[in-house]
Amino acid sequence: MSSQGDRGAEAFRGLAAALVSSWLPCHMSGSQKLMPMLQVPAIAVDQLVKVYKTTRAVDGISFALRAGSITGLLGGNGAGKTTTIAMILGLLTPTSGSVRVLGAEMPRQRYHVLHRLNFESPYMDLPHRLSVRQNLEIFGRLYAVEGLHERIVSLADELDMMEFLDRPVGKLSAGQKTRVALAKALINSPEVLLLDEPTASLDPDTADWVRGRLEHFRRSRAATVLLASHNMAEVERLCERVIIMKRGRIEDDDTPQHLLVRYGRETLEEVFLDVARGRGQAREAAQ
Amino acid sequence: MPTSAVTLALQRIAAMVLRYIYLLRSSWTRLLDLIYWPAVQLFVWGFLQLYIAQNSGFFARVSGVFIAAVLMWDILFRGQLGFSVSFLEEMWSRNLGNLMISPLRPIEFVSALMIMSLIRLAIGMLPVTLLAIAFFGFNLFGLGIALAVFFLNLILTSWAVGIVITGVLLRNGMGAENLAWTLMFVLMPLTCIYYPVGVLPEWLQLIAWSLPPTYVFEGMRALLMEHLFRADLMLEAFALNGFYFSLAVIAFLALLESARSAGSLLQSGE
Repeated sequence: MSSQGDRGAEAFRGLAAALVSSWLPCHMSGSQKLMPMLQVPAIAVDQLVKVYKTTRAVDGISFALRAGSITGLLGGNGAGKTTTIAMILGLLTPTSGSVRVLGAEMPRQRYHVLHRLNFESPYMDLPHRLSVRQNLEIFGRLYAVEGLHERIVSLADELDMMEFLDRPVGKLSAGQKTRVALAKALINSPEVLLLDEPTASLDPDTADWVRGRLEHFRRSRAATVLLASHNMAEVERLCERVIIMKRGRIEDDDTPQHLLVRYGRETLEEVFLDVARGRGQAREAAQ
Repeated sequence: MPTSAVTLALQRIAAMVLRYIYLLRSSWTRLLDLIYWPAVQLFVWGFLQLYIAQNSGFFARVSGVFIAAVLMWDILFRGQLGFSVSFLEEMWSRNLGNLMISPLRPIEFVSALMIMSLIRLAIGMLPVTLLAIAFFGFNLFGLGIALAVFFLNLILTSWAVGIVITGVLLRNGMGAENLAWTLMFVLMPLTCIYYPVGVLPEWLQLIAWSLPPTYVFEGMRALLMEHLFRADLMLEAFALNGFYFSLAVIAFLALLESARSAGSLLQSGE
């Protein structure tokens, strides 16, 4: 776990960033300016629990994500990553605890902020018979995007989709579909972007390209990104902070560099395996 | 100038309607499906009516009753189907999650589905109504203002049923898909489409009179056979529809909340 000092420094950086950004008139929406930015993290999860009948899918987790940060959510199958993301999005009601996104309590106040979030997951699809342009038009309208046609063209250009913009989504390759799903997730230039396995089932070249686009978006928009992934190299490359979950709990939470040092490992994959196989605590205890 | 909440809501409803229109435009099989079955029904009942009319003086005098009944039943059934199938399209395409995390509110989603039910009904019923004129000399529009009242009552019932089915689908996933295709058929014998309520056993009549379409079909027969518009029946039907529609919306919201709690919105499979 990160030390108190690290957390203090991070809190200070967040405060400073919030102070600076609160003076910037630039691209911010009215509701965003109204939000008291000094003390509000982009995502704040507190003692969150989700119980399905007899299964505790999420078991009392807490974390806060600074605005503009990019965080990896790691964990094996059934660790509770998707359940956590679903509660952050307001798709799932917590059994207890709370989730606040951009200051709004989820799911109760979700409509205050849903237009400022977006999500991409390989487990969701876009209507196959509609063309890429039609799909983006529909979601652009749902998110009340201004200058929608220009936005679609700019996204198509940025994500290299011009050649298949008018092709039905069902006729695209897996890599092209991922780009379209990413375009849908970016259509409203979200302040908070949640990604569940954004590069699953992609070839290494396309996956690398997608990571590049995500990095670019995060830098240019100063968006908060939470990325659930099994791909350790991806998390290592993109994330400044990693939260590792196991059986619904947070097993570790630190920067990738600190995790590597503390676990005495060279890659996050090795750290992940240590945590997954319960060797993390043993190693720390031995030290 | 900031856009008002109402304008934004209307824009989102329009976006969803546009989404379904794009879908219909992209698929001629979907369009054909809207017309095919109502046309088959029309011909079966139309020719049956011709045959009976040739052999019965009573039916010869009240020609058009069966055809009107089958067209009215199609308004009821296709209205519900148009609502439910539009929703099912989201489940089939695994798009529901995308919609649920968007600013689209449930009431806007339901409004878009109601509009689509009307559009799909118009695509299916207008050609069939013209076929009824061409083949059997029966003009549904000849019912005049009464048709509008009948239509409004039937479509309200179809939406109420569609809303409940949508809620069950949200809560239980695709395992409940069959409800969308079959639930309305439970009403078929009880709402007395082709025969008067008096034919039913007394205890079943109580159930029949608790269903708004029964009043419409009785009203339709009164109009065609006795040339009498039964405003009393229509008012009772409206009152019942108001009650059932409110109940359906409450059930839908409860099922949606239950789905949000059970995690059903995360998956759209069985």
